[in-house]
Amino acid sequence: MPSNLPRFFARTRLLPLVAALPLLSGCGLIVLDPAGDVARQQGDLIVLSTVLMLLIIVPVMALTIFFAWKYRASNKDATYKPDWDHSTQLELVIWSAPLLIIICLGAVTWVATHLLDPYRPLARTGPGQPVAAEVKPLDVQVVALDWKWLFIYPEQGVATVNELALPVNRPIRFRISSSSVMNSFYVPALAGQIYAMPGMETKLHGVFDKTGDYEGFSANYSGWGFSNMRFAVKSLPADAFDKWVAATKASAEGDLGRAEYLKLEKPTHKEPVRRFAASDPQLFDAVVNMCVEPGKMCMHDMMSLDAAGGAGIAGIGNVRQVTYDKFAARGTVDVARWGMRYVAAYCSAPVMSNDRPDAKPVAPAKLKGEGLPHPGRPERTALNAPAAPRPMS
Amino acid sequence: MTIPHPAPETGPFLGKLSLDALPLHEPILVVTFIGVVLGGIAVLGLITKFRLWGYLWTEWFTTVDHKRIGIMYMILGLIMFLRGFADAIMMRLQQAMAFGGSEGYLTPHHYDQVFTAHGVIMIFFVAMPFITGLMNYIVPLQIGARDVSFPFLNNFSFWMTTSGAVLTMISLFVGEYAQTGWLAYPPLSGIAYSPNVGVDYYIWGLQIAGVGTTLSGINLIVTILKLRAPGMGLMKMPVFTWTSLCSNILIVASFPILTATLVLLSLDRYVGTNFFTNDLGGSPMMYVNLIWIWGHPEVYILILPLFGVFSEVTSTFSGKRLFGYTSMVYATICITILSYLVWLHHFFTMGSGASVNSFFGITTMVISIPTGAKLFNWLFTMYRGRIRYELPMMWTIAFMLTFVIGGMTGVLLAVPPADFVLHNSLFLIAHFHNVIIGGVLFGLFAAINYWWPKAFGYKLDVFWGKISFWCWVVGFWVAFTPLYILGLMGVTRRMRVFDDPSLQIWFVIAGIGALIVAAGIGAMLVQFAVSIWRRKELRDETGGDPWGGRTLEWATSSPPPDYNFAFTPVIHDLDAWYDMKKRGHQRPVSGYRDIHMPSNTGAGMILSGFCLVMGFALVWHIWWLVAVSFVATIAGAIIHTFNYKRDFHISAATVTAVEDARTRQLAAGA
Repeated sequence: MPSNLPRFFARTRLLPLVAALPLLSGCGLIVLDPAGDVARQQGDLIVLSTVLMLLIIVPVMALTIFFAWKYRASNKDATYKPDWDHSTQLELVIWSAPLLIIICLGAVTWVATHLLDPYRPLARTGPGQPVAAEVKPLDVQVVALDWKWLFIYPEQGVATVNELALPVNRPIRFRISSSSVMNSFYVPALAGQIYAMPGMETKLHGVFDKTGDYEGFSANYSGWGFSNMRFAVKSLPADAFDKWVAATKASAEGDLGRAEYLKLEKPTHKEPVRRFAASDPQLFDAVVNMCVEPGKMCMHDMMSLDAAGGAGIAGIGNVRQVTYDKFAARGTVDVARWGMRYVAAYCSAPVMSNDRPDAKPVAPAKLKGEGLPHPGRPERTALNAPAAPRPMS
Repeated sequence: MTIPHPAPETGPFLGKLSLDALPLHEPILVVTFIGVVLGGIAVLGLITKFRLWGYLWTEWFTTVDHKRIGIMYMILGLIMFLRGFADAIMMRLQQAMAFGGSEGYLTPHHYDQVFTAHGVIMIFFVAMPFITGLMNYIVPLQIGARDVSFPFLNNFSFWMTTSGAVLTMISLFVGEYAQTGWLAYPPLSGIAYSPNVGVDYYIWGLQIAGVGTTLSGINLIVTILKLRAPGMGLMKMPVFTWTSLCSNILIVASFPILTATLVLLSLDRYVGTNFFTNDLGGSPMMYVNLIWIWGHPEVYILILPLFGVFSEVTSTFSGKRLFGYTSMVYATICITILSYLVWLHHFFTMGSGASVNSFFGITTMVISIPTGAKLFNWLFTMYRGRIRYELPMMWTIAFMLTFVIGGMTGVLLAVPPADFVLHNSLFLIAHFHNVIIGGVLFGLFAAINYWWPKAFGYKLDVFWGKISFWCWVVGFWVAFTPLYILGLMGVTRRMRVFDDPSLQIWFVIAGIGALIVAAGIGAMLVQFAVSIWRRKELRDETGGDPWGGRTLEWATSSPPPDYNFAFTPVIHDLDAWYDMKKRGHQRPVSGYRDIHMPSNTGAGMILSGFCLVMGFALVWHIWWLVAVSFVATIAGAIIHTFNYKRDFHISAATVTAVEDARTRQLAAGA
C-alpha cells in the first residue's frame, strides 16, 4: 500500500469530481497544487479522503432530500407507519456502512501518516525518483523570532532573515525552534507545517520539484506582529542556488554572531529581507538550549547535571542561571544581571544537533528513575559523584 | 504603529488599575461605551418607571424555579450572542478591507482582542448558557419532576455563569481582553509575553463561570438519575434527556480539567511558578494537552443535547416513533466515551510520532460511526412518516444537510497528513463553524421554535421565522464556503492584514454572508417581538400540546404551573405522553394535595456578586479587595446555611384553583 498510494490515487482521478478539483486549483489552491512531493502527496490525500467520504455523504444527503419530499404531510399517497421503529437489518446497515468507510480511511491514514511523517527522512523526491544513498539532505535551521524568521544554513555557513532559498530536487531537512512563543513553520508549496517552539527542536523534511517563488509564514498566532510574519521562499536550480549562496556570502550585512542574534531577537515587525555572510555554527544549538547570552548556562548542561543527580542544595544557585524569560521577555536582559551563580559552566560535551540522528533513542535512565535519591544510599550528586562519572549526554 | 510596551505599575490601593486602563484612545470602544451607557440608562429607567424592580427581584433574580432559571439562561445567551456576533462582523470587515497595504480599521492590539473575545464568548457565554438553559427548562418536565434536585444550587450556577460573562464584558471598557486566541496557549499567555490584564480577565471570567457550569452539571445528573417519574426506567427516558445526561456527565468529568489548567496558568502568572514557562522545566506542550483534554469533550457537551432536540423534533413532526431508540442511546454513549480519546487531533503538528498521530486520527474517525448511525436514525424516522414542515422541522432538515458537510471536513482534518496542510487554516475555521452553527445553533433554533409555546403558551410567528431561517441557512453558506476555499489556498487564521490582492474577493463574499446572517438574526429578534406583540392571536388553543407532542412536557399546561405536574405521572412506555393519549388517559381533576416546594433566595445572586468583585480585584491585583470579597463570599455561604426558610407548601386550594382553570381551558379548546 505505501508505494501504491499515489498510483491508487491516479486511478481514482478518473472520477469526474476528482478531475474537477485540479481545475479549481487553477485559481490558486496551492494546498491541492503545490510544488513539492510531500505537499503533493498530502494534497492528494485530501482528495482521496474526500472521495471516500462522499461515497456515504452523497447518498445520505440525497436520501434526506428524497424522504423529506416524499413523506411530506400533504402527500397522502405515501405509506404512513407511525409505530414502525425498528429493523435489525437496517440497523446493521446503518452501523456497518460508516464502519466500512472508516476502516478504509483508517488504513489509508495509518499508512500515509507513517509515510509522510515530517520527522522521516525523504526516500524520494518525486514519483519514481528515489533519493540516492549518498545524497545528503540540505540542512536548514529555522528560528521563529518576534515577528520574523531566521534561517541558518550550516553547510553554507550563511544566514538570512525572512528569505528562504532552496535548491530544487534536493531533500531539505529543517530543524525548527523559536525564541519566545509558539509559531508554526509552514510553506504550503513545499510540505505541511510543524510547530516552532522555544527551548525545543522540531523537524520537517521536504523537497521542491518545481522552481519558482513561493510564500511561507507562521500558521500559529504568536502575538502583536503575527500578520506580517511572512517570508519569501525561492526554489532555485542548483547553480542558481550556489550563486545565491555566493551573493549572500558577499553581503554587506556582516556576520551573525551571538551579539547580533540578541539584537535581532528583539521584537520587530515587517522586517525586510536580510542576508548574513557568515553565522556562528553553534548559534542554533544555543538558541534551542536557551543560552545565547554569553555566560548563561545551557539547558543541556543543566539536564546533564540533573541526570547525574543534580548539584544538591548548591544547585539552587543555578536556578537564576537557567531562567530565560522570567524577568524580562525576548532577550532584553543585559548580561550583567546574571550575577549570582554556582556552576558557571559545565563541561558536558557540546551537543551539535547535526551530530544527532533523526530519531533519538529513548534514554532508559529516566524511565528507571536513575538520579533520584535511593532510600538506602546517600544522595548522589554531580559534586560528590562516584569516581567514574557517567558519560554526559 | 509602534509595538506596545507592556507592564503597568502596581499601586498599593488600586493595584494595576488607573485612568490609563480606560481605552479612551479607541474611538470604536468610546462610541460603544456611550451606546451601552445610554441603552443601560434607558433600560434601568424603564424598569424604575414601571416599578419592575420588586417584580424582577422576587419573581426572577431570586427564583429557584428551573423554568425561570432556564429562561434567564436563554436571555443571557442571547445578549452575549449579540456581542459575540458584533465581534464576528468586526473581523469580517477588517479582513475584507486590509489588502494592498491597507491596515484596515483595527490595530493589532484591538483586532487580537476581538478574535479572542469572539471565540471565548461564543463558546462559554453563548453556546453553554443556551444548552444549559434548554436542559434546565426541559429535562425536569420530560421526566415528570417538580424541579431539579438542588434548586438553590441551580440559581447560584446561573448567577456564577452571569458573573463570568459580566467580568468578560467589563474588560471591554476597563483595561483590555486577552490577545492570545480563545485557548490562551502559553508561553504567549504567560506573564512574560502577556504582561497586561487581558489574560487575567480571561482566566477569572472562565473560572467564575466554570463553577456555575460544573455545579449545574452535577445538578442535572442527579436530577435525571434520581427524580424520574415512577416507571421511567433509563431506557424509557426521552432521547433529549438521555443526551442531556451524557452531556452533563461530560461537563462534570471535563470542566475540572479546565479549572485545574487555568489554576496552573494563574500560578505561573501570579506567583511565578513554572508549569508552562519556557524555562526551568515548564512545558507549554502540557498546557496544550490539558486544555484540549477539556476542549474536545466540550464540543460534544455542546452538540449532544442538540442531537436530542433533533430526535424529539423529527419524531414529533414525522408523527412517528423514533427509529432505533436503543441504537440512538448507545450511539450517544459511544460518543461520550470516545470524546475523551481524541484530544491530540487538535495538535498533530506539535511533533508527536506517526503512531501517536495515527492513533488519535483513527479514534477521531471512529466517532463518525455513531454520529453517522444517528443521522441514519433520523432519516429512517422520517421514512414512512407524515412530515409537517413547521419551523423546528425546517431547522432539522437544514441541520442534516449542513452538518454532514461539516462532519466530512472534520474527518478529513483527522487524517494527520491532511491536517499538516490544513491545520490552523481558514478551512479549519470553516469546518468548526460548519458543525457549531449547522449543529448547535440550528439545533437551538429548532428547540426555541419547538418549546417556545410550552414556555409562554403561544407559538412563534411563522413568517418572520421563515425569513430568519432562509437568511441563516443561505448566509451561513455564503459566509463559510469562501473560508473553505481560502483554507485550500493556504490562508491561515487570525490574520489581520493580507498581501495577496487576489484573496480579497473571497473575504468580501464572506463578509456579505455575514451580513445575510445578520439579517437572519435581525429577523429572529423581530420574530420574537412580533410574537410577543401578537401573543393573543398566536395562543396555543390546545391547552399545552400544540405539535401533537410525544413526551411528558406536553402533558402539562403552557406555561406549566410552578409545580409542573399536580400529580406525578406514571410511565408505561417510551413516548410517555403519546402513550397516555393513545390509551385515553383521563387527567385527574380532583383530590389535589399540598405540594412541597423550595423557597426563593437571593443568596445565589449575592454570593456571585461577591465572586464578581473578587474576580475584578484579582485581575487588577487589588489585594485588599480580594481579601474582603473572599471573606464576604465565605461568610455569605456560611450565613446561607443558617437560612431555615428554604421551603413552603402550595396549598391544595391553590392547586385546585390552577387545575380547575386548566380543566375549563381544555374543555373550551375541545
